[in-house]
Amino acid sequence: MEEWLRFLEINAPRILELTLDHAILVTLAIIVALLIGVPLGIYLTTNEYLAGTVLQVASVTLTIPSIALFGVMIPIFSIINQGIGFLPAFVALVLYSQLPIIRNTYTAIKNVNPEMRDAAIGMGMKTSQRLLRVEIPNALPVIMAGVRTAVVLNIGIGVIAAYIGAGGLGVLITQGISRGDNYLIISGSLAVALLAIIADAILLFIQKRFTTKGIAN
Amino acid sequence: MITFNHVTKRYNEEKTAVKDLNFTVEKGNIVVLLGPSGCGKTTLLRMVNRLESISEGNIVINEQDSMDLNAIELRRKVGYVIQSNGLFPNMTIEENVMIVPDLLGWTKKEKRERFDYLMKLIGLDPKIYRKRFPHELSGGQQQRIGVVRALAADPPVMLMDEPFGALDPIIREKIQDEFLQIQREVKKTILFVSHDIDEAIKMGDKIVLLRDGEIMQYDTPSEMLTHPKNEFVSQFFGKDRAIKSLSLHTVKNLQEVIGLAHIDDAIEDTKTINVNQDLRNTISMLLNQEADQVIVTDDQGERIGSITIDLVQKYLHFEIKGKLSVSQEG
Repeated sequence: MEEWLRFLEINAPRILELTLDHAILVTLAIIVALLIGVPLGIYLTTNEYLAGTVLQVASVTLTIPSIALFGVMIPIFSIINQGIGFLPAFVALVLYSQLPIIRNTYTAIKNVNPEMRDAAIGMGMKTSQRLLRVEIPNALPVIMAGVRTAVVLNIGIGVIAAYIGAGGLGVLITQGISRGDNYLIISGSLAVALLAIIADAILLFIQKRFTTKGIAN
Repeated sequence: MITFNHVTKRYNEEKTAVKDLNFTVEKGNIVVLLGPSGCGKTTLLRMVNRLESISEGNIVINEQDSMDLNAIELRRKVGYVIQSNGLFPNMTIEENVMIVPDLLGWTKKEKRERFDYLMKLIGLDPKIYRKRFPHELSGGQQQRIGVVRALAADPPVMLMDEPFGALDPIIREKIQDEFLQIQREVKKTILFVSHDIDEAIKMGDKIVLLRDGEIMQYDTPSEMLTHPKNEFVSQFFGKDRAIKSLSLHTVKNLQEVIGLAHIDDAIEDTKTINVNQDLRNTISMLLNQEADQVIVTDDQGERIGSITIDLVQKYLHFEIKGKLSVSQEG
């Protein structure tokens, strides 16, 4: 126990800094993923043919092992001299988030009661009004479930990003493994787990906050 | 007023849902589109607010061709009620009811006043329900909200697609009565889809009976019951159509035409019936009790005479033979 305290005394600032790096990487990736995935998911509900293809591609992306995807990023981003570091990791995480976000958005909008949609159109709502006032609010819990899945997934995959020099909590774990330092490995792993739990709790709070009482249950 | 001119709906070469229909819904009237499933009644209704396209012909709403307006504008001017009420679960009752006024850009104050007025119309306290959500209301209340939502921006024309079809019979009858009461006040031009004959007779000033997209007969309920134009119409209304037609007449109608009988005080234990009740209920009362008469009371509860089976039969005879014309309440 004393050794733990001594370890933390020395390493706490570094752990915090790496946690912050990790959180920033994942947050930025999710924001961009949302900006792409939600509009795309909504658009796909109007284009059945494209929907099949896009969802298939997104599924395949998710099956690529993360270490392999990071590997593929290196030669591609070397073209613009960004082969390792933040950018390739960021792009990989955006790609990994697409499936849960697109699929959940698509399914949630598709599953809005057709009679509700009929009523909205019949009362003279424009497409944008129908989406913003009726379809998205009613689809929000399912869309948010997709976002939460993507965030937790990304926090885990973000650990691997340390291998391509993107920083984050993966650094502690990889260093710990190469040095045989259990303190580093355990503190890194715990920090990742804690980050995932906290992020999920925050998102759940946001989801509850923006879901009206009418569809809360 | 809604006028249908040679309205046709074709899906492809073989399938025609609506064939060259011509009829007019007069201002302030309820016209019921009645017919077996697949007869094209819902398609026809949805062509009015352009949820379905028109293949040929045109629909004129209050002297304006429906195709001259932008579809969005048109729909905001036409009230629309559907069977499953279509309330939006994410919105409060007030937000739900005020959707069209909101789309039209009414002020907060205007919306609030209108909401209060409409809720009083259906006998719900606006204060209690303003902030509630649809799932907190009973099925009957939700359907009432669905109806006043269509009335919100005071459209001259309303489309109702089996609005009471999902309700249980007792509530349905109650809401039908309520709605007729409201209609007497608001006098909208209404196109009403139903597959329920009793509902059509009760709600319709006129009925359009459809089969395979063609009009079999367009008439008042009583004409349709007493003078069916063809085999299909008489079969559709059934062998008991004479009994059905009784629900079109009240004891008061009978009193005005042939008068009531005197009360025979020798008969004990007779039931009473209000003068505004229809003859169908009266006949069932007469058949249900041993005595030969039912005492008729006026709105103040005064006994004003009695009615017997003979009397109803006599009245019906005059009616069907068309010897007398009596104003009828839909």
